[in-house]
Amino acid sequence: MKRATAWGFCLLFAGSACLAVDEAADERYRNLLYELRCLVCQNQSLADSDAELAGDLRRRVQDLIDQGMSDKEIIAHLQARYGDFILYRPPLAWRTAALWASPFVLLALTAWLLLRRIRRGHARASGSLSDVERERLKDVLKRGSD
Amino acid sequence: MIPELGHFALVLACVLAGLQAFLPGWGTQRGNPTWMRSASSLALGQGLLVLLAYLALTWAFIEHDFSVRYVANNSNTELPLAYRISGVWGGHEGSLLLWSLVLSGWTVAVVALSRRLPMLFRARVLAVLGFVSLGFLAFMLATSNPFDRLIPAAMQGRDLNPLLQDPGLVIHPPMLYMGYVGFAVAFAFAIAALWGGQLHAAWARWTRPWVTAAWMFLTLGIGLGSWWAYHELGWGGWWFWDPVENASFMPWLVGTALIHSLAVTEKRNTFKRWTVLLALLAFSLSLLGTFLVRSGVLVSVHAFANDPARGVYILGFLALVVGGGLILYAMRAHRIESSGHFELLSRETLLLFNNVFLLIATFAILLGTLYPLIVDVLGLPSMSVGPPYFNLVFLPLMLPLLFLAAVGPVSRWKKTRARELLRRLQVPLVLALAIGTAVPWAAFGSTSALVLAGTMLGVWCISGPLVALWRQFSRMRRGTSAGYSLRHLPRHMVGMTCAHAGLGVIALGIAFTTAFSMERELVMNEGDSVAFAEHEFVFRGVQEVDGPNYRAQQGHLSVYRDGEPIVDLRPEKRTYLVQSSPMTEAAIYSTVWRDVYAALGVAQPGGGWGVRLYVKPFIQWLWGGALLMAFGGLLALSDRRYRYRRKRRRT
Repeated sequence: MKRATAWGFCLLFAGSACLAVDEAADERYRNLLYELRCLVCQNQSLADSDAELAGDLRRRVQDLIDQGMSDKEIIAHLQARYGDFILYRPPLAWRTAALWASPFVLLALTAWLLLRRIRRGHARASGSLSDVERERLKDVLKRGSD
Repeated sequence: MIPELGHFALVLACVLAGLQAFLPGWGTQRGNPTWMRSASSLALGQGLLVLLAYLALTWAFIEHDFSVRYVANNSNTELPLAYRISGVWGGHEGSLLLWSLVLSGWTVAVVALSRRLPMLFRARVLAVLGFVSLGFLAFMLATSNPFDRLIPAAMQGRDLNPLLQDPGLVIHPPMLYMGYVGFAVAFAFAIAALWGGQLHAAWARWTRPWVTAAWMFLTLGIGLGSWWAYHELGWGGWWFWDPVENASFMPWLVGTALIHSLAVTEKRNTFKRWTVLLALLAFSLSLLGTFLVRSGVLVSVHAFANDPARGVYILGFLALVVGGGLILYAMRAHRIESSGHFELLSRETLLLFNNVFLLIATFAILLGTLYPLIVDVLGLPSMSVGPPYFNLVFLPLMLPLLFLAAVGPVSRWKKTRARELLRRLQVPLVLALAIGTAVPWAAFGSTSALVLAGTMLGVWCISGPLVALWRQFSRMRRGTSAGYSLRHLPRHMVGMTCAHAGLGVIALGIAFTTAFSMERELVMNEGDSVAFAEHEFVFRGVQEVDGPNYRAQQGHLSVYRDGEPIVDLRPEKRTYLVQSSPMTEAAIYSTVWRDVYAALGVAQPGGGWGVRLYVKPFIQWLWGGALLMAFGGLLALSDRRYRYRRKRRRT
């Protein structure tokens, strides 16, 4: 009886371990499909495509996962075979440097320039009057003396 | 006969548009008031003629006049009436006609609502609108005439693209175009100001309601588009960062920036040049979107090269409008002076940074959309820029924006103190921390950085502006009753609160639905069941169903939650008889807290059916948030400032 219970527990453990592995692989599979482009559709990921080729590629990704390849290896494998076009996430390289970097470079630059200008404008404003303000002051003084 | 009348009306409209573009403008240069005044009647006449042309095309659709090529290509005798009416804008030529109709509508609205504007300014505004209209009407007549005859006439039409046979698509394009084209009014106001070389304080007050109205429609249009994609594409996705989506999202982002910078220009008489530039930019991006979608350049650079007439025309027109606007800006902007100084910590600075984040986000989307095209043109190996890029770049820019959305409303103009901000934001801060950390754990048993950030910022974004509204309410209540104060809260402020809260609701929706959606893709036989995400699905089989112009295989799934039956879902796989392309019609059971979504795949060779099942928590919050934002725009439009003016005119 005891032995049977022990066996039962072992099976349970093994089963749940298998299940966990399955679930992780399943999630990897799904995440990968969203990173890859269906090569014949207008603009759909492998996950969202009904095309036959997309089905083949989905099976291929599943095979590669089953072969124990890591996500990186799978992506490198597909990139070598089909080119950058299949990757929805453009690889980091010289030809994509402008794409990845420029929004953030632009953000830093703009923020720096603006902050500097606001500080300066503020310093000027508290020190002296602007032209418009001087005009207005003149108006007010004139009206006061009339 | 009637299509010829439509064609003729279109030609006449084009002539009137030409007159409207040149006569009033010439009048302002010559100081000829008769020519200036001619703008309104020309605009009204043009509007009437475009409407006639539009009705003529609609008539051809309703009456199945397959001797009109466009109707033969986009309709069918079996097509239900509602889709024959909406089919008018189902293709290239008809959508251009809708574009022109909407532009005429806006122009007529300007004529009707701007009687109080100075004659010179009004003539210039209408001249610019006439010029834009001329561009589109001439384009239509030269390259894409919807009234072209097909001789001999077709016996039967090729049917409307089945993807477009959906209630979502009946209202999506008109809303979107109302938004796109609405920015033409702001553009015209900006050009007219530059033309005159002066921009007085009233300019911002005139422009604001137009921008708000256009923005409201664009918000609805984009929301509807996303809702349609969710229903019709059958993959449970709601935003794909597709170039066509990006084309509508970029003007929206710039329009949002414009609304904020207009507020500063009106209230503080500063940021003037920047506001004008944004007004030019918003419409330029609308035109760019039209170019990207209509030229075929997105499908492939080579498709564009094969049929270049249309693309080259729009590109030329785009260059003329944008280039002309920018040159005028470069020549005249220095004349526009801003006054009003502000300190580093002030509402002005906060709004300025709102603009920075929105504009950089727009830039990133533009870059990502055009990069593959540039690479292609340069002859480098083709590449893709997809959702992973956009999410990675867009999200970090939106988080600070969400943060600012609560700080801005409680800050003061000119100068605000950090300690004061902190005191006013105490409650939102506590709420955001408490709800952000506790609720995801309580509801879903797990959390992540994205969920934490999304929930906290969502709550923050809803509660922060409410604090500002509450302060206003308390101030007003001192003199009067609570009910009176509540009714008389400034509408623009309630509108702003609504719009920001809508943004917060969207943030919550995105965070939860992205993190906690569950999906299963499997093969089911009759009687099979599968359980996940607290739901059990029992497959009851598939039956044949006939629609008006399609045949469908309809699956039947019973859904249980905690053992109780909650709904029977009937997803369909439709085959439209004419175009014979298979379409997925998902079945969705929506509640506030989650959607249960089923889509039918294909029949398996070994028996059974492919089925995709999703449980998507909080997804309806996305569209709820968008509605709330648009409603905020509507409230702002009903503000007393605009109503008073009308009343005063009546007396």
